[in-house]
Amino acid sequence: MIHSLFLVNASGDIFLEKHWKSVVSRSVCDYFFEAQERATEPENVPPVIPTPHHYLISVLRHRIYFVAVIQSEVPPLFVIEFLHRVVDTFQDYFGVCTEAAIKDNVVVVYELLEEMLDNGFPLATESNILKELIKPPTILRTMVNTITGSTNVGEQLPTGQLSVVPWRRTGVKYTNNEAYFDVVEEIDAIIDKSGSTITAEIQGVIDACVKLTGMPDLTLSFMNPRLLDDVSFHPCVRFKRWEAERILSFIPPDGNFRLLSYHVSSQNLVAIPVYVKHNITFREGSSQGRFDLTLGPKQTMGKAVESVLVSSQLPRGVLNANLNPSQGTYTFDPVTKMLSWDVGKINPQKLPSLKGTMSLQAGASKPDENPSINIQFKIQQMAISGCTQAGQTL
Amino acid sequence: MFVASVIIVFCLFLSAEKEAKTNYQMLDSNKDSLKLEAMKRIVAMIARGKNASDLFPAVVKNVACKNIEVKKLVYVYLVRYAEEQQDLALLSISTFQRGLKDPNQLIRASALRVLSSIRVTIIVPIMMLAIKEAASDMSPYVRKTAAHAIPKLYSLDPEQKDQLIEVIEKLLADKTTLVAGSVVMAFEEVCPERIDLIHKNYRKLCNLLIDVEEWGQVVIINMLTRYARTQTFYGSDEDEDEDEEEKEKKAETPAMAKRKPYVMDPDHRLLLRNTKPLLQSRNAAVVMAVAQLYFHLAPKAEVGVIAKALVRLLRSHSEVQYVVLQNVATMTIKRRGMFEPYLKSFYIRSTDPTQIKVLKLEVLTNLANETNISTILREFQTYIKSMDKDFVAATIQAIGRCATNIGEVRDTCLNGLVQLLSNRDELVVAESVVVIKKLLQMQPEKHSDIIKHMAKLTDNIQVPMARASILWLIGEYCEHVPKIAPDVLRKMAKSFTNEEDIVKLQIINLAAKLYLTNSKQTKLLTQYVLNLAKYDQNYDIRDRARFIRQLIVPTEKSGALSKYAKKLFLALKPAPVLESPFKDRDHFQLGSLSHLLNAKAGGYQELPDWPEAAPDPSVRNVEVKDSVRAVGTVTYRDTGALWDLQGPKKLEGSESCSSISTLNLIRPLNLSFLYSEQSSEEEERKHQRKTKQRKSDSESESDEDEESESESSQSESEESESEAEVKKKKKQIRKCSFHANVYQPSLYNWALVSMTLHLVLCLQTIAPSSALKNYELLHRITGEGLSVEYCFSRQPFSPDANMVAVQMQFTNNATADTKNLHIEDVKLQSGMRVKEFSEIELLPAGETATAVMGIDFCDSTQAANFQLCTHTRKFFVSIQPPVGELMRPVFLTENEFKKEQGQLMGMNEITEKLTLDMKCRNEHTIVQRVTTAANLSRVPCGSDKECRFAGRTVSSSSLVLVTVATKEEGAAQLTVNCEKMVIGTMLVKDILLALTQ
Repeated sequence: MIHSLFLVNASGDIFLEKHWKSVVSRSVCDYFFEAQERATEPENVPPVIPTPHHYLISVLRHRIYFVAVIQSEVPPLFVIEFLHRVVDTFQDYFGVCTEAAIKDNVVVVYELLEEMLDNGFPLATESNILKELIKPPTILRTMVNTITGSTNVGEQLPTGQLSVVPWRRTGVKYTNNEAYFDVVEEIDAIIDKSGSTITAEIQGVIDACVKLTGMPDLTLSFMNPRLLDDVSFHPCVRFKRWEAERILSFIPPDGNFRLLSYHVSSQNLVAIPVYVKHNITFREGSSQGRFDLTLGPKQTMGKAVESVLVSSQLPRGVLNANLNPSQGTYTFDPVTKMLSWDVGKINPQKLPSLKGTMSLQAGASKPDENPSINIQFKIQQMAISGCTQAGQTL
Repeated sequence: MFVASVIIVFCLFLSAEKEAKTNYQMLDSNKDSLKLEAMKRIVAMIARGKNASDLFPAVVKNVACKNIEVKKLVYVYLVRYAEEQQDLALLSISTFQRGLKDPNQLIRASALRVLSSIRVTIIVPIMMLAIKEAASDMSPYVRKTAAHAIPKLYSLDPEQKDQLIEVIEKLLADKTTLVAGSVVMAFEEVCPERIDLIHKNYRKLCNLLIDVEEWGQVVIINMLTRYARTQTFYGSDEDEDEDEEEKEKKAETPAMAKRKPYVMDPDHRLLLRNTKPLLQSRNAAVVMAVAQLYFHLAPKAEVGVIAKALVRLLRSHSEVQYVVLQNVATMTIKRRGMFEPYLKSFYIRSTDPTQIKVLKLEVLTNLANETNISTILREFQTYIKSMDKDFVAATIQAIGRCATNIGEVRDTCLNGLVQLLSNRDELVVAESVVVIKKLLQMQPEKHSDIIKHMAKLTDNIQVPMARASILWLIGEYCEHVPKIAPDVLRKMAKSFTNEEDIVKLQIINLAAKLYLTNSKQTKLLTQYVLNLAKYDQNYDIRDRARFIRQLIVPTEKSGALSKYAKKLFLALKPAPVLESPFKDRDHFQLGSLSHLLNAKAGGYQELPDWPEAAPDPSVRNVEVKDSVRAVGTVTYRDTGALWDLQGPKKLEGSESCSSISTLNLIRPLNLSFLYSEQSSEEEERKHQRKTKQRKSDSESESDEDEESESESSQSESEESESEAEVKKKKKQIRKCSFHANVYQPSLYNWALVSMTLHLVLCLQTIAPSSALKNYELLHRITGEGLSVEYCFSRQPFSPDANMVAVQMQFTNNATADTKNLHIEDVKLQSGMRVKEFSEIELLPAGETATAVMGIDFCDSTQAANFQLCTHTRKFFVSIQPPVGELMRPVFLTENEFKKEQGQLMGMNEITEKLTLDMKCRNEHTIVQRVTTAANLSRVPCGSDKECRFAGRTVSSSSLVLVTVATKEEGAAQLTVNCEKMVIGTMLVKDILLALTQ
């Protein structure tokens, strides 16, 4: 299983290493650096790299490569999934997962890695258990620790690990008992240049924040559960109940967790709540291009479209863009050729637009491809899939 | 500003001073905080990869430190450096040995964990001892740690293998979910070839699987895939579809006694059924593991279920996508239909990394067929405009492959590719040339104009591969372009010296071919080219030139070969086959590292082929070791509806947790027992048809666990019914007479009137016709030869009317006599009472004895626990009654019933709607099923749409009234009126279950 872990930053320095079995020399990472050089983009480094004696499996998150060294046959997804779990845990603990955060908390990181893996096999990966073992650092606690010399390591031994509900810690107490459920949906659509949808699907998650005393047993039901095409659950959800009655029944972990993620397939027609009118042209011969983009809301059931962010990768030939937004601000990065436009809220009466010219490299021929446009937006209190929650009981 | 800088300077000064104080001194100090600070610095050094081994002696002293964090950091240090400082590391061993004896399980576990992580050969015997002890520890957590320690020890000293296998064997038999994953992991690392160790645990592992933690699930599923390949028989690929269909047909019309060619091994089915819900796991590795299991093991008709889950994984991180797409690519080659509905999910997004795009293209190409090719090609057209050139090149290749695979679109593709030849991007053109060359080879005679077009391109195109391809094409098909070819050669001869090597070689080839076909025009040119090549820097080219000159230019010295020059050069070449690089990758187990790399990784276990003949399934039969099977148990995730059947436990809310844990522990035993029973039945082939039918039933329904349990008990009772056909009549008579005795005790002397009343009651109540259910109290293995079964005899317990009579049957299977059978140490909930049976003084070997005891359950389903003692041994046993046994029948008239029912309304009335089971639509079966589920008597009723039953609870004599009103098409309504609400709710559920199944 997993022999060692190396953390490599964007500039190619190994800033942390951890070994679970015999020490593997960090020179093994040279193979990784070679592959990194060959790859044009950071995300094009192959996740699995064979070397003469080892295999390197890496994931890239937050501009840090997490490189695991393994020696023998192991399902690659096993390692990849574990590495992502490690990153999630770091994020959970430190708020962000950056090189600086990891370096500042190197001892906690080490303690965490020690608990998460035993001899290369995952041991405790549930955040509830880990938090019982090693308390996450907070500003207050860091100060208290410096003064009193007390520690981050939990005093009492974790008992959750021993119970049949390993994801929940025991002896939870709250004065205010509360539970929140956030339904977050993403539409993923490919729309061709004439505006017709080629494929669209909705990907949703229900994130929960449950702060309840004791061992609560919750059920959550939906108005229209048939809508959910494909679901994956947190281990706490009882499968049988879902299969039989389409009700989510579970003993939740304490704190934040992802209860389920679901998928609404393209068969159910997805109405996309935003449209884009675009007109991007490059003229042959001249070093000028015209850029014209207008956004508008569509089928939003009266809800406002907020935090709109448009980004587009312009062709390599574009030197600069001189644009004029009707609202919000735009930036153009001449190195990566990435144009991003922070629109904010869409006002249906006055549609936001971005117009102007692009200057092209002199003498270069007209770029023949059309740039693709990505749009991010938020609509509060609306689920695109039309999925609604019927009720919940304790 | 000034002040601030002073402070900064001061701080710097302080920290420098602190730094000066060496880690050594800090470790030696008495203050924990200083030690901690030092350890933190040392760990930071280790993390950065700096050597801190010189501090070993100072650190190792602190291994017994009280402060937990210091201790943990010392462990980190120790594990890292012990290998280098073996002698000093020994100093710490005694601390861990002490820790191994600690009363706290977590301390025991952590001591074992660190001890086994220290890679010092000299302590191997100590580790071995510690592992052996921990393997039989009370705490499952410690046992789990022991399982983790096994591969550690094995890697340190492979000679311990035999001993370790013994430990693994022991731990494999463990019944807790906590241990299962870790021990299978150890098994895979130490002795994957000892597949025989799995036999006895196979069913247990299958049943535990859903509750094992996710990482363990992956390992177990992968192992079970291999196991099932070797150990379960499976029909050949061709006729499996037929078999499946036939099987379904069979289930529908059981009367059709057709000969069945193939039945899936029940164990095989068990594995498939238990892994299926895991497709919904949030862990991609688990989903992939299940997917590969289905791909390798499931019949064709069922493999499809995995597609949806795999497509879902495409929404995950790009690394996950990468691995999943590799596997999907392999699957699409073998089972294209599976992913066809999800074609659009593989469309490429502009934000995908190149490696993902290329893999998606691969999948799209594999999925292409006559029906969807037009949409796919349209999609490809968009891709060609992408900015990512590598991806564009891959797209052109993909178009080429589609064109070769699907004849109808070949011309369309070729035209499209030819259009690309005028693309501004040279890479695109070059790639198109290469692909066109391959396509043209299939039918060159049709496309001489394309060849001409390409000949023109030689002026512009600079990419060597493309130039070489064009030259090859012209040379190969020079008879199609007789006018142009010599001219191309002329141009090439001119630029020969500046060309790349591959182009030069092709120029020589072209020259040679032209010389052979058209020597008049090209003789001089050829000689010129060959002369140039003769003095080339590259020896390959020089060699080629020399070789060709000898071959084609006839001289007196040239040998026999030159006669065949034409045949050599102008032989018909087979068209290249454009095929997926993922072809034949499926001989590697999907999802494995080896599959991903298409090369065998170290430690890879081959996926064996299906066995030729069916292996013996009986190796997986397990002897039953527990007596609790009468209790309906389920695991956490299985619970669902059945959860509620656990009635009182659930209702009490806060207790639910503890009840889960007990349930969890009991359940595996039960099921393993059940399944073993099922298959042993099958061995007999006595009830073959029945079992098959049942199996297909249970497939179709989702609550397998619950169902199979009730089913097996049903079938059991059926069996005993048929066996004891003769006895049955007698029993019935007895039962009816007992009714009489209870209800009119003061009026009649039962001995006198029993016969007459029997007749009357038979008419009125249709006495419970099925035989009594037997429950097991003590299995003969656990009881060392003594087996005990019990049933609720439904007779009044004469010493105390408030007690339920439990009839026990003792069988002595041992060779020696058993003496002094009696009960001791009865543990009961408050209010419950037990009237023991009188001691059985002697039970000779092979003999059977019966005894009746009375238990007052206080109208609750709490179990009565007690010890069953013989003259030598004591056995802990428990009896838990189904709610239906907690009552006795009463005879009421219709009016009385209505009156009583009127008084038990509101809270005391529970109504449920239900749909009756197909086989249970007539009055007789309804009555039979209700009376089997609960000890009630029938109340006469004027309407034939209603069945009424009445009884009283045994302890408190509360009335229990049950009404089943039937409506059209199997719809029915069940009403229970009972003063005791808990009893009422539980009874409703029991009867519902009885009527709907």
